[in-house]
Amino acid sequence: MTRQGKVTAICAVLFVALFAGSILSRQRVEAASGSQASLDEVLYLPSGKTIKKLSLGYSSLLADIYWTRAVQYFGAQHIGGTQHYELLAPLLEITTDLDPNLIVAYDTGSIFLSQQQPDGAGQPDKAAALVEKGIHANPSNWRLYFTLGFIHYTDRHDPKAAQEAFQKGSEVPGALPWMKAMAARMAERADDPATAASLWQTIYDTTKDSGLKNTAEKHLLSLRVESELNELERRANAYYDRHNAYPEEWSDLIREGLLRGVPVDPNGAPYKLRLDGTVQVQNPQDFPYLERHGAPAK
Amino acid sequence: MTSRVSAITWNTFREAVRDRVLYNLVLFVLLLVGSAPLFSEISIGLEKLMLVNVGLSSISLFGVIIAIFIGIGLVSKEIEKKTLYTILSRPVRRWEFIVGKYLGLLLTLAVNATLMAVGFYAALLIFVHGLTAADASLLVAIYFIILQFMMMIAITLLFSTFSTPLFSAIFAFALFVIGTFGNDLKNFAAMSKGPNKLLITAASYVLPNFASLNVISQAAHNQRVGGQMILLNTGYALCYSIAVTVAAILIFERRNLK
Repeated sequence: MTRQGKVTAICAVLFVALFAGSILSRQRVEAASGSQASLDEVLYLPSGKTIKKLSLGYSSLLADIYWTRAVQYFGAQHIGGTQHYELLAPLLEITTDLDPNLIVAYDTGSIFLSQQQPDGAGQPDKAAALVEKGIHANPSNWRLYFTLGFIHYTDRHDPKAAQEAFQKGSEVPGALPWMKAMAARMAERADDPATAASLWQTIYDTTKDSGLKNTAEKHLLSLRVESELNELERRANAYYDRHNAYPEEWSDLIREGLLRGVPVDPNGAPYKLRLDGTVQVQNPQDFPYLERHGAPAK
Repeated sequence: MTSRVSAITWNTFREAVRDRVLYNLVLFVLLLVGSAPLFSEISIGLEKLMLVNVGLSSISLFGVIIAIFIGIGLVSKEIEKKTLYTILSRPVRRWEFIVGKYLGLLLTLAVNATLMAVGFYAALLIFVHGLTAADASLLVAIYFIILQFMMMIAITLLFSTFSTPLFSAIFAFALFVIGTFGNDLKNFAAMSKGPNKLLITAASYVLPNFASLNVISQAAHNQRVGGQMILLNTGYALCYSIAVTVAAILIFERRNLK
């Protein structure tokens, strides 16, 4: 082997060994410091407007970085189970200060904020304020009015405000026709599961965020179960009217022609019939948004 | 071998010291450190915090600038002036030349950092009226800054072996900026799926990570950096710097200088 060949061989071996060493030591550093260590420093400059001035014109790029940090922060709190979302609202505020046209930050960020814990930060008022800020900066985006109406209806339980949001959104050029229908339905009474299902279905069909899609799917399943439980209880009451006693088993209802078979939930588990005529699900944890029938509190 | 490497190291150091730009930069840092208390005049309770933040940030940033602007010329300038041929015609091997250049610039930056650190501590002594035991933790931040320099010199030297000074400066500075977002890159990888995850994870290990070496904020707030962290970061910076220097040697060994 020539001298140059020897040097090359030694260098190649050294390079591989040292590079592997650098990866190992870096992994140890990350493990020791925690992957989200940098997030504590995110709010070192608490004002998005200040950061914008310091960004030397690259505020849009910085907004992308802050939005990514907000998503990471939300994901880490959500998956990690700590569920402390104190930094979420300020992170979204900074992101939208840096880039007032970053629609996804209003649209998806507000859903992160408004959802009740453990699926969100449980701050619907801040979420509504964030979307209103988005509407102010992007008045021609009808989709933001939908998000605002959705938050008012599902998390702030204010159908009047929701109706106003849908109504204003339906007047924006290019708004889809169902915005008007939404406004009309909001005018009806609150706690309308059909409307809630319609809203969640729209979210499910239009969102690009897989986490939000998953949440919408859970809501839709819970609403379907809620509706089925109500119907089963109605039939148990019909049995009571005939026999002056509640059915003890599903077979009692089947014999009376009130049911065709043992009813099961969307996961295939049979519903539980109680002696007082009420009905429950077997596994409440499968339907986290079910507010009654023995389901866990949200 | 050792004498040849040390001769190149010493010459590189002397050449850098003769460069007046270097003095200007060091003077600028010392002025900046000295003026930090003026900034704090317009605020409340920030005297020491401002001094530490401005001081350590200046040492780090200007050190990196020195590393880039001297580093890019380490090889290309020798080729341009044709002095490299004189050196290599003597019994000096190419890898000895690269190692000597690396150590020479590292020595230059270590001396600069020490000078700036002395100025920084002097400013602390004068403006904050004394030093406390907790101020010793600032030395850890300065030590980490020197580890950053080690990595930056290796990166600049690597580009210097195959690229022009202008492109070397651009590449090195770009890597410095990317490296400061090292933790974010790793977090992006964790959030990605499929081939993207693999690609970003690989990139996050190939690219330098300066984020974990930046403890200025902790130092300013008197937060202790653990011994394990010092050890692990030292290991990381050493492995990465030597690996990149070895890559520079590999390229330089195969480069046709005719």
